[in-house]
Amino acid sequence: MPTTQKTEPPATTPPAAELHAVSKIFGSFAALRNLSVAFPSGSSTVILGENGAGKSTLLRLIAGLATPTLGTVSVFGETPHNARARIAYMSHAPMLYDELTAIENLNYFAALHRDGACACVGSPEMALRAVGLDPALSRPVSQYSQGMRQRTSLARVLQTDPELLLLDEPFSNLDLASAHHMVELLADFRTWPLVPLNGIPRQRTIILTTHQAALAQPLAERTLTLENGQALA
Amino acid sequence: MKPLLQYFAHVLSHLRKDLRLEWRSREAINGMLFFSLLVVVVFGLAFDPTGFPTTTRQIVGGILWVALLFASITALNQSWSREQRNNVLEAQRMAPSPPSALFLGKAIANFLFVLAVEAVLAPIFIVFFNLHILGDASRLALILPLGTWAIVVNGTFFAVLGLRARNRELLLPLLLLPIALPALLMMVQATTGVITAELDPIQIGSWIKQLAGYDIIFTTLCILLFGTVLNAE
Repeated sequence: MPTTQKTEPPATTPPAAELHAVSKIFGSFAALRNLSVAFPSGSSTVILGENGAGKSTLLRLIAGLATPTLGTVSVFGETPHNARARIAYMSHAPMLYDELTAIENLNYFAALHRDGACACVGSPEMALRAVGLDPALSRPVSQYSQGMRQRTSLARVLQTDPELLLLDEPFSNLDLASAHHMVELLADFRTWPLVPLNGIPRQRTIILTTHQAALAQPLAERTLTLENGQALA
Repeated sequence: MKPLLQYFAHVLSHLRKDLRLEWRSREAINGMLFFSLLVVVVFGLAFDPTGFPTTTRQIVGGILWVALLFASITALNQSWSREQRNNVLEAQRMAPSPPSALFLGKAIANFLFVLAVEAVLAPIFIVFFNLHILGDASRLALILPLGTWAIVVNGTFFAVLGLRARNRELLLPLLLLPIALPALLMMVQATTGVITAELDPIQIGSWIKQLAGYDIIFTTLCILLFGTVLNAE
C-alpha cells in the first residue's frame, strides 16, 4: 500500500484586505454590488470612480466602520474589527478635536493604541514633523487651515505605524505643492520598516481613493475603477 | 502592562481628554449651572421659604433632584456631539481600545461636571430656601454622588443612542426619565429623610443601599451593552 507523506503547506501571507461577493445596500440604494476584490499585502492601490461609485463605502467596509449587507470582508485573514490595531483610516473629515492642539490630539490617539497589540506606536512629534507641522504649535485645530487639518489628520494615522493605510480623498483640501509632498511622504511610508509578526515579515499596504488620478500616479501600483458599485474590468 | 491596568489607562486617557475639552469650552458646566439656578430662582419665587420652613424642608429634596436631573439632560445631550463633530467617533471606534473604556471615561467626566454644579448649587439652595438640615447631613455626601451617578451613567448611555436619531434632544429624556424614575424615588426619599429628620436612619440607609444597588446594576449593563450600541448601523 503506497504511503503518502504529508507536507506542511508553505506559510503564505493573506491579502491585506479581501472582499468576497460584497454588497452594501442603504435603503433602496446599492453602494456596492457583488464586489470581489483582493488587495495583496505590500501593494499600493488607487481607487478611482465618480461620486457615488462606492469608493468611500469600500474603504469603510475594510476599516470595519460598516458591515456588508451581503458577502464577507477580511483584513489580514481576520475580521476588520479584530485587525483594527493594524489598520489606520483617514476620511474626508479630519477626525480631530477642534478645541485641542495638534500634539494634544495626537497624544490622545497614541494613548489609545498603546495596548501591546500595536507593537511600535510612533512618536506624535515625529509624525507631525513628517507632515511638515511644528509640534510646538499652540493653536487649537479649529484655527488651522483646511490643509493643515488634513496634514494633522495624516500625522494621526501615520503615528500608529499601520500595516494597512486607508485614505479617503487625502488630497481634497490640499494645494498642489502640499499634495505632492503628501504623495512623496506616502511613497516613503511604504518603505518604513515593520516589525515581523510571529516571525512572518510584513509589508505596508496603501489603499486610497481620489478624483485626482494624475496626482496619485506615483502610488498607483494597482488601479481599481468603480462604477455604480461594481469594479470595471 | 496588565490588561486591567491597560484598561484603566485608556479610561484615564478618555477622561483627561473630556476634562480638557470642557475646560477649554465650558459648554456643559455653564449650561447646567444656568438651568439649575433658573429652577432655584423660579421655585424660590413660587412660595415663601421663610414662612413655611417645614413645607420647604419636605419639598426641597425633590426640587434639588429635579433641577439636577433636567440640568444634566441638557449637558448629556451635548456630551457625544463633540465626538460626532469631525467624525472623531470613527477614529475612536477604530482604535484598539475597548469601547467600554470610552463610555466609562465619558461617564466619569460627566459625573465630575455635575458634581461641580452641585458644589455651586448646594450653598445657593441653603441660602435661597433658608434651609436648616435637621438630620445627619454627612449622609448627603453619600446620597448626592450615588444619585448623580445614577443619572449620569444612564444618561451617557442613552445619549449615544441618540447620535443617529433625528430628534436627539427629545430622545434622551424619553428614554432616561422612565429608567431613572426608581433612582429618582430613592434619591428624593433619602434626601428628604435627611433634611427633615422624619425618616428613621435605618430607612435612610435602606434607600442609600437600594440606590447603590441600582448604580451597580445599571453601570454593569451600560458597560456590557455600550460596544453594541456604538457600532450599530
